[in-house]
Amino acid sequence: MRWSPVYAILLRQFFLIRGSPSRVVPLFVWVAIDIVLWGFITRYLNGVTNRGFDFVPSLLGAVLLWDFLTRVMQGVTMAFLEDVWSRNFLNLFSTPMSLTEYLGGLVLSSVATSAIGLTVMFGVALAAFGFSLFAYGALVVAFLAVLFLFGIALGVLGTALVLRLGPSAEWFVWPIPALLSPFAAVFYPVAVLPHWMQWVSRLLPPSYVFEGMRAVAAGRGASLGPLLISALIAVVYILLACWVFGRVFRAAVRTGLIARYSAESVS
Amino acid sequence: MKATPAPNAAPPAVLTARALGKRYGDFVAVDAISFEVAPGEILGLLGPNGAGKTTTLNMILGVLEPSEGSILIGGHDLARQRRQALEHTNFAAVYAPLPGNLTVEENLRIFALLYGVRDARRRIQTLLAQFDLVRFRATRCGVLSSGEQTRVALAKAALNSPRLLLLDEPTASLDPSTAEDIRARIQTFAREEGGGVLWTSHNMAEVERVCHRILIMSRGKVLLEGDPRQLPAQHGCATLEELFITVAREPLTLEAR
Repeated sequence: MRWSPVYAILLRQFFLIRGSPSRVVPLFVWVAIDIVLWGFITRYLNGVTNRGFDFVPSLLGAVLLWDFLTRVMQGVTMAFLEDVWSRNFLNLFSTPMSLTEYLGGLVLSSVATSAIGLTVMFGVALAAFGFSLFAYGALVVAFLAVLFLFGIALGVLGTALVLRLGPSAEWFVWPIPALLSPFAAVFYPVAVLPHWMQWVSRLLPPSYVFEGMRAVAAGRGASLGPLLISALIAVVYILLACWVFGRVFRAAVRTGLIARYSAESVS
Repeated sequence: MKATPAPNAAPPAVLTARALGKRYGDFVAVDAISFEVAPGEILGLLGPNGAGKTTTLNMILGVLEPSEGSILIGGHDLARQRRQALEHTNFAAVYAPLPGNLTVEENLRIFALLYGVRDARRRIQTLLAQFDLVRFRATRCGVLSSGEQTRVALAKAALNSPRLLLLDEPTASLDPSTAEDIRARIQTFAREEGGGVLWTSHNMAEVERVCHRILIMSRGKVLLEGDPRQLPAQHGCATLEELFITVAREPLTLEAR
């Protein structure tokens, strides 16, 4: 894999963001609003429920981590959709860039945009509600790493879906995190779920992260074992997502879809 | 302006298409065509709508997989050495403008990276000057006129000093003066940089003046091949346009002549 095409995709994203306030604002406004909203909810819950249980690290922390996952996924899909919206496929895929390099560029774009989102969330949560992700200790690195990997897998899968079904399929992609959230047990323990949902939950890396997060918040400490398993599952999902994207892309090259890709050309 | 003479010697072809074909189920879009483009040669690819010209170009660009045959660019097999082959290729088409939400210079910088252009800044400065784009360097491509967008697309197409340049109707929708300017730039590219050009156009007068050789396609096949200034007479037509119309309306009749 060469660095220059990967950098080209990242640079393109930087140019787009730099030149457009409508792309800059969503990077931090929505995450800031989320943190403020949930910060006040947790503050209210702390006031009306039994003293001794602090909702901030379990609820506000969960919102922050879940938002991070969502931003990572959107970072990949947004970078891809920029090429869809500008009908740039013919220009892009007739260059010597490989598919791996293109996906590498999308991932790097996501790293950049989600890092901005995470920094803003971290700052707002700390400044307004005195909550720091470092309350989870060094495990926060493992939490973020697992969520990042799974976010990338979802992002690549989302792009494959749009490539296969057409630009209008982006409306299937945005709700994916919301669809997964009940199974990922973001705000409650996996144990409260019905049996069949618990099985699905075990297949989702974020559920291990949020179980670990709640354990740390309750002062029990989380073991690294389940987190390692979740990281492994996330890596498998990334490989699967890349394989699906590769299949969809090759089919698009075989049928000529890449050359004439537009809203009107895909059914 | 007359077409400059094609080189006399026979250096290795910049493009070799062998038995190239594309089928969609029972429909044959391109039917086992073979041709070459020599260095410095401008080869016109003509034919009525649906003849298979754009399908052929897309296969050479690597965005459409051939059903059969092979493509060699600068001696590299596109199927096996995609990167090496495409490093020597570039293209411009009216239906593939560069992203309108980026400036001219931003677009050129990104494509310079994608094509692995060395000393990209200097190359971009040269091309901005060559294509009279210096004053538009910070302008978003989406707000440029058709002629200016075509010049940007051609500057992008020249970024990697390609051995093979594919142009799909590069002068369509341009005013006569801009079209003349574009033609001159492409002729200069072929003459001075020794690049081979595969050019599709529906403007027969343009083809006659610019192309050293033409292929006329119909229903996925190469029906005629030769010098655009001699071919009409060889087939009983007064002009290239008349020959084109005959091919478009009665390709089978023409085959029998």
